[in-house]
Amino acid sequence: MDWEVIYRPESLAMYGEGVMTTVWLLLSSLGIGGLLALLFALALTGPWKWLQRIVGAYTFVIRGTPLLIQIYMIYYGLGQLEWIQARWDDSWPWTHFKEAAFCALLAFSLNTAGYTAEMLAGAIRETNAGEIESAQAFGMSRFGVMLRIVLPSALRRTLPAYSNEVVMMLHSTSLASAVPGLLDITAAASRIYSDFYLPFEAYLAAAALYLIGTFCLIGVFKLAERHFLAHMAPRRH
Amino acid sequence: MSAYYWSILNGALLTVAVSLAALAVAIVLGLMGAAAKISGNTPLVALATVYTTIIRGIPELVLMLLVFYGGSIGINNLLELSGTGITLDIEPFSAGVLTLGFIYGAYMTETFRGAILSIPRGQFEAAAAFGMGPVQAFVRITLPQLVRYALPGFTNNWLVLIKATALISLIGLQEMTYLAKQASAATRSPFAFFLFTAALFLLYTWASLAVLRRLNARYSMGAQRGDL
Repeated sequence: MDWEVIYRPESLAMYGEGVMTTVWLLLSSLGIGGLLALLFALALTGPWKWLQRIVGAYTFVIRGTPLLIQIYMIYYGLGQLEWIQARWDDSWPWTHFKEAAFCALLAFSLNTAGYTAEMLAGAIRETNAGEIESAQAFGMSRFGVMLRIVLPSALRRTLPAYSNEVVMMLHSTSLASAVPGLLDITAAASRIYSDFYLPFEAYLAAAALYLIGTFCLIGVFKLAERHFLAHMAPRRH
Repeated sequence: MSAYYWSILNGALLTVAVSLAALAVAIVLGLMGAAAKISGNTPLVALATVYTTIIRGIPELVLMLLVFYGGSIGINNLLELSGTGITLDIEPFSAGVLTLGFIYGAYMTETFRGAILSIPRGQFEAAAAFGMGPVQAFVRITLPQLVRYALPGFTNNWLVLIKATALISLIGLQEMTYLAKQASAATRSPFAFFLFTAALFLLYTWASLAVLRRLNARYSMGAQRGDL
């Protein structure tokens, strides 16, 4: 073992950049994916059958195929379409399809949206029927019931399952290294491996970084659950 | 053009082989891990806990790269120390099977542990009272119910494992994802090949769901369910 190479300032800088890219990819894809997931979940539980079918087919395909293929499909697939290539020099938003970061972010966001939408839709469907009835008895509109009663409780009840999804997403960002031109933690480790031919040290350091990230995320979600799900915790007195 | 589709279909066989082999490793490790966690023996429990915690905290891809690139160097260093002069190469197939098996063994450990804990304790006492030995009790009492309680979690793990096999293409195993990427680079019409591969993956997950549902129905025979 030769850990000196890992502690060199150049290597540390490389890992630092990797951590920044991974955190950026994770947070942005969770943000965009979360917003999409909310819309999809509303569509899945909404009154329009045709919309339910379309979104249902979307989540089926997203959850049934590997993320790596989804990334390839966007990066090598969409980016090769003549229709997009004709536009990517000047007209927005197609200009972004040239960038690896954008393609990876798009794939991650669409992926996490598929998984989260199903979770959220499940929680919405499981909302206590009595709560909805009493809200309707108070004269709330469909929109009001959703906004005031169903969503606040469904979002809370999704929290434990969502924490798993977020940890999975952190691990999924390692696939960004499959796209050339993106330096996430895994790509940084691969670069250090190929520079110094020290696979153990390079990848163990990356594994340690991911492990720390996982524990931090689990800690944050524990705190969030203690706050938002306090009413469901076992009594302590 | 159609030659590429045939080669991807051929690669699908490799995907099936690699996923089933990894599943076998994962089941064995999962049963051992669950047994260790339930044993109550402090070092065993600690070992199994460290295994499941660390493995589930690291991305599959990083572990795979670690095993594939690190493993062959590590093994060859050990062989060099032993002075035999043999060199060993880890090929992508065994690296993929071992890594995926090792990772999903950790998830299976939790699934099997939960399933075993769901079996009422009285049944083990009853089995002992009937004079069954530990092996007999495991085969006749624990195993059939373990299958029933573990199947939902097992199904989830299996579906994730199938999709994780695509990652082995990144260490050079020529399964369908790898071939689709090659075909797309060669023909410059990438969409078709990736869509074809995605459809094959969907077919595989859909078929395994159908099989596991039948298995679930078989093993839940006679189980009473409350009407909700």
